[in-house]
Amino acid sequence: MTPRKRRRLMIGIAGLACLGAAAALVLSSLGDQLVFFLSPTEIVAKAPPPNQRIRIGGLVEQGSVTRSEDGTTVAFNITDLNTSVHVTYRGILPALFREGQGVVAEGHRQPDGSVQAAEVLAKHDETYMPKEVVDALKASGRWKEGDPLPTGPHPGTEAGVTQ
Amino acid sequence: MIDIAELGHFALLLAFVVSIAQGTVPLVGAARGHVPSIRLADNAAVLQFVLVAIAMAALVHAYVTSDFSVLNVFENSHSKKPMLYKVTGVWGNHEGSLLLWAFMLTLFGAMVALFGRNLPETFRARVLSVQGLVGVGFLAFMVFTSNPFTRIDPAPLEGNGLNPILQDPGLAFHPPFLYAGYVGISIAFSFAVAALIEGRVPPSWARWVRPWTLAAWAMLTIGITGGSYWAYYELGWGGFWFWDPVENASLMPWLAATALLHSAIVVEKRDTLKSWTILLAIVAFSLSLLGTFLVRSGVLTSVHAFANDPTRGFFILVFLLAVTGGALALYAVRAPALKPGGLFQTVSREGALVLNNLLLATATATVLLGTLYPLILDVVGGAKVSVGPPYYNSTFMPLMVPLLVALGIGPLLPWKRGDLAGVLGRLKFVAAATALVAVLVFWLMAGGPLLSLIAFVFAFFLAGSVIVEVLERVQYRRLGLAGAVRRLFTLPRGAIGMALAHMGVAVSVFGIAAATGFSEEHLGIMKVGDTVEIAGYELTFRGVETVPGPNYTAARGRFEVAGVGIMSPETRRFQTPPMETTEAAIHPTVLGDLYVVVGEQTGPGHAVRIYWKPFVMWIWAGGLLMAAGGFFSLSDRRLRVGAPVRRAAAQPQAAE
Repeated sequence: MTPRKRRRLMIGIAGLACLGAAAALVLSSLGDQLVFFLSPTEIVAKAPPPNQRIRIGGLVEQGSVTRSEDGTTVAFNITDLNTSVHVTYRGILPALFREGQGVVAEGHRQPDGSVQAAEVLAKHDETYMPKEVVDALKASGRWKEGDPLPTGPHPGTEAGVTQ
Repeated sequence: MIDIAELGHFALLLAFVVSIAQGTVPLVGAARGHVPSIRLADNAAVLQFVLVAIAMAALVHAYVTSDFSVLNVFENSHSKKPMLYKVTGVWGNHEGSLLLWAFMLTLFGAMVALFGRNLPETFRARVLSVQGLVGVGFLAFMVFTSNPFTRIDPAPLEGNGLNPILQDPGLAFHPPFLYAGYVGISIAFSFAVAALIEGRVPPSWARWVRPWTLAAWAMLTIGITGGSYWAYYELGWGGFWFWDPVENASLMPWLAATALLHSAIVVEKRDTLKSWTILLAIVAFSLSLLGTFLVRSGVLTSVHAFANDPTRGFFILVFLLAVTGGALALYAVRAPALKPGGLFQTVSREGALVLNNLLLATATATVLLGTLYPLILDVVGGAKVSVGPPYYNSTFMPLMVPLLVALGIGPLLPWKRGDLAGVLGRLKFVAAATALVAVLVFWLMAGGPLLSLIAFVFAFFLAGSVIVEVLERVQYRRLGLAGAVRRLFTLPRGAIGMALAHMGVAVSVFGIAAATGFSEEHLGIMKVGDTVEIAGYELTFRGVETVPGPNYTAARGRFEVAGVGIMSPETRRFQTPPMETTEAAIHPTVLGDLYVVVGEQTGPGHAVRIYWKPFVMWIWAGGLLMAAGGFFSLSDRRLRVGAPVRRAAAQPQAAE
């Protein structure tokens, strides 16, 4: 074996080892560390297990925001205008969090059907909605692109609340 | 009267035409040996730069004078906006940022034309021609889908204003540095493609590619560091890296450029790894383009995504495929013809640099996969998913551990063939000290997050081996302190730059581990007069007052901090566009940052978030140290572009 061939072999082995290690790491991570995006309707239908991290997107239901005694925990409903899901969050809400506006929460579904959020995202301006929220609202069939957002009490949310 | 904006528009169209000429004529001329066509390249490159610079100046003029007859100005500016943001707002939107891209691209092209006199004429013409072709793509994109000079008639009286998150001094330097980095890599790309067209790597190749890559890399480092710091103080979460696809879009070219930088050293010193280095140059620039595609196409939701027009995304995708596909096809045909150079053993400086390259390339691949996986899954109609920090923590981070070890050991190995046991012997003091510190850290911080503790150990090891490397280089043992210091000033600047940059890595890793593993946080409602204690600081809330700003009103909180003074975080409410931003109050110290954010009125008090982020400044200090190391190396006489050192062909030495 010439030195050149030996060097190639060593580099080849090292390269394969690197790729193998990376592939193992990636496959094990992609298996259980993905965050699935679900609309409120899908969360109720699919009931993801509590260890599955999920993202839920929709509108903050009108009149649903309540705060705990010490003010650090906030509870609200996220709705796609068909179904709403109860969400609790401990922390400071982003500046653009408003009732009736688009929101994305990331966290885990609890056994009681509510979602405990670890993060609430609303880092967009008032005229712009996250893509996920737009998709969730369109899928519910109650809203089309370009429609104004409903300002009054949200339709269809009275019966659909999961407790 | 000449309309300045029209002049800019005209200059942009002319630049497009010139770029077509630059991209084709010299290429054909070089193939046929037609001298006038070859000479056209230099003039075309300079002319193209002048034209794009005129277009840029015209757009800046339109912003400064609030010329709302230009659609782009109307959509992104406002007459009451402070002057700084009128100027920087030029690139705070899709069209303007593309113009900045083109400006940088043609600037670098012109610099090759003006300072590249020591390159063979035909080769220079080919480089400039490839650069011209990249310019064709970008200028066509602008002219046909995103023209910054589109007019509206009648002109509105007032503009829509700039996204308030972008109204920050950060906008003045973050995009220009980032773009200088992205686009600087285009030079390495053009050199690589030109070398493939010629079918050989001329001796001047690495001497040219390395300083350009180094400069681009250093600027990209500053751009990323600055962006991370901006996110830290502006988004109000106290985080510095979110593994957001947009951040990954800048990290991937950085990783590839880091690999390129190191493999170019091997090409330069040892005339080997040429084919791999060329491949890396192609990949690094493709990743820059991919980053542009991800950020500009609107497939991602983020503060960086200005464009939501699918035709634009499609255009960049086609362009990306043409550039990458074309270059890789050329590579497949021509690379086998490149002559392999000097030999080396597995354990050697070259071997360590190859390992560095393998690890960096693998890390780049894992980031790429994590970034693209949700998009691919969405396109094939699967579930909507996002890939967050846990994925990167368990794929990217483990790859960094061997990289840190290789980083510590590699510089101590000699070229050609080394002796691992000997190096480990030289590092035994460092290893012992590191082990001691590790035991101490584990004992003191018992119960701390394991990942952070492990990162501490490797950061200490790296810092120690950098110090050992410098001490050996200045022959501290033989010469004593005074002699060593004298010798330090005679060291090649490249060596000092390397030590600085590697120390920067250790500093950053330490900062990241400390700030993520040991931060403290207080969250709650505070009433006027309430006191909170965190990390030894005592904060008393003194209420919130309303303060007018230039184009916003701020709710400014007052916190009295014992031993520090007053800290005043703000929530700013802008009218155009209607939006709120949080401005954290930060008390930065070497040991850590006190970070205060005030939220809205909630019941009896205000929502308040207070963080203690230990050693968080070290993250960015390390980044700046890396960039400083890059610039220091760049000032090495050996690398000075156009320096009158005419080295004969690099002498490949046989390793028997």
